[in-house]
Amino acid sequence: MPDPSFIFAQSLSGLTAAMYLFLIASGLSLIFGVLRVLNFAHGSFYMLGAYGAYQLVQWLGTGHGRFWWATLGAALGVAILGGLVERLLFRYLYGKEELYQLLFTYALVLILSDVAKIFWGTQQKSVSRPPGLTGSFSLFGTTVPYYNLFILLLSPAIALGFWFVLRRTRAGRFIRAAALDRETLGALGVNVDRLYLGVFMLGSFLGGLGGALVTPVKSIVPGMDTEMIVEAFIVVVIGGLGSFWGTFLGALIYGQVLSFGILFVPRFSIFSVFALMAAVLIIRPWGLLGKPLK
Amino acid sequence: MPDRVLVVEDLYTAYGLSQVLFGVSLGVAAGECVCLLGRNGVGKTTTMRSIMGLTPPRRGRIAWKGQDITGREPFKVVSLGIGFVPEDRRIFADLTVWENLDVASRRQRSGGWTVERVYDLFPKLRELRDRQGGFLSGGEQQMLTIARTLMGNPELLLLDEPSEGLAPLVVEHMTEQIGRLKREGLTILLAEQNVEFSLDLADRVYVLEKGLIRYEGSAREFREDESIRHQYLAL
Repeated sequence: MPDPSFIFAQSLSGLTAAMYLFLIASGLSLIFGVLRVLNFAHGSFYMLGAYGAYQLVQWLGTGHGRFWWATLGAALGVAILGGLVERLLFRYLYGKEELYQLLFTYALVLILSDVAKIFWGTQQKSVSRPPGLTGSFSLFGTTVPYYNLFILLLSPAIALGFWFVLRRTRAGRFIRAAALDRETLGALGVNVDRLYLGVFMLGSFLGGLGGALVTPVKSIVPGMDTEMIVEAFIVVVIGGLGSFWGTFLGALIYGQVLSFGILFVPRFSIFSVFALMAAVLIIRPWGLLGKPLK
Repeated sequence: MPDRVLVVEDLYTAYGLSQVLFGVSLGVAAGECVCLLGRNGVGKTTTMRSIMGLTPPRRGRIAWKGQDITGREPFKVVSLGIGFVPEDRRIFADLTVWENLDVASRRQRSGGWTVERVYDLFPKLRELRDRQGGFLSGGEQQMLTIARTLMGNPELLLLDEPSEGLAPLVVEHMTEQIGRLKREGLTILLAEQNVEFSLDLADRVYVLEKGLIRYEGSAREFREDESIRHQYLAL
C-alpha cells in the first residue's frame, strides 16, 4: 500500500496537468466543433504562446505584474496570428476532405516549428514564476506551489466563463448555431465568415494562453508543439470532439491516468493513455460526451 | 410591370456539373403573393437559393428594388430585406425555440418583428419556447422556421414548400397564418407542389418545368385552365 500523501501528490500533479490540457484542448475542440477543421497547428500556437511570453518577459523584465502582461500579450499575439492564418489560408479548407485539412495543417506545423527555431534557436528557454506566486504551501504532507494552485483555480474559472458565454449570451448562441448549420445561419442574416474568424481567434487565444502560462513550470523547447498536439488530440478524442464538458472530462482523465500510470508502470506511462484512447475509440468512437456524427 | 420589387432575369444555375435552371425569369410586385408551381426537382428550390445567394447563378441577373443583388452573400441579401424559409426547415436542433428566434433577430432592420409579435402570430410557439428545436413536431417546426425568418424583418418572404409533409389540418392553419402575413403587406414568393394550398394564397402563378418557366398567369386563369394543370402538374 503506497503512502496516502504520495497518492494525493500524484493526483494533484495529474490535476494540474489536466488544467493546462483543458485550456489548450478546449481551443482545439472549439475550432473543430464550429469550423469542422481539425487544426494540427494548434500545438504550434501553444508553442508560440510560450516563446511569445518568454520574449515579452525578456523585453518587459520580471518586475511586479510584468509576467501577466507578457502572458496576455503572448496570447493576444497568437490570437492575431490565428486570425491571419484563418483569413489567408484556413478559409479555403472548409468543407474540403479531411486529408487536405490534415496535410495542410501539418505543413503549418513544420513551418511554424522552423520559424520558432530561427527566432529562438534550439536551446531551451525558461521563465521564472511571477512575483507573488513564487512560494508554496503544504497540504496533506505535499508541497504545493502557489503558482500551481493559481492554475488549478484559473482553468475551471475559464471553463465556467466559457460555458456561460456559450449558453447564456447571444454570441454563444451564434457559435452554437454555426456549429449545427452554417448555411442556415448565413441565410438568416448572420455574417458567418466573421463569426468563423472570431471563433478561430478565440480558439487560438486559448492555445496561446496555455503556452504562456506553462512557461514557469516547463522549459520552452522545440518539439513542445508536437508533444502538446498529441496530448490535446487524445484529450478531445476521449472526451468527444467539439464537446465542451467532454474536453474537460477528457483532460481530467488524461491527467490522472498519466500520473498514476507513471506510478505503476513507469516506463510505459504514455502507453496507458494511448490504451485508454483506443478503448474509447472502440466502445464510443464519438467520445465520452460527444455526439455521433450523422 | 413597372412596380416589380423583385426581378429575376434569365437565371442559369448549376450545382457542380448538374445544371438545374435554364433561363428562369420572373417578377414579384410589392404586396403580391406569387406562387412558383412545379413538381419535385424542376428547380423551385434552386431558384430561391439563387435569389438568396446560397447557390449563386452562373448567368442571369437578380434585382431587388432596382438594385443588382446577383451573387451577393446571403447575409447581405437578408440585410436588404429578403427572407428565406427553407423547405427542409433547418431548425437548430440543440437550440430552444426562443434561441432559434433570437439568432435570427436582425435589430438593425426596422419592421417591428419581435419575439412577442411572432408568438402572437403562432401562440403555440410561446408555450414551447424553452423546448429544444429537435423535439418539435413537423407542424411546430414549420411554424418555427417561418417565425424565425420573420425575425429578420423581411419585406419579401421566400417560402419553400411550407405545406410539405404536414397534416391537412395543419396545412389549413398554415394557410391562415400566411394569409395574415400577406394582408399585413408582406410580399411573398411561394414555391409549392400543392396546388390547392397555393391557389388559396396566390395572386399570380408561374409554372416551372425542367428549369424553365412554362406558364405565367393570374391565379384565377390558372384555376380555370384544366389543361395547363394536367400538362405540367399531372393532377
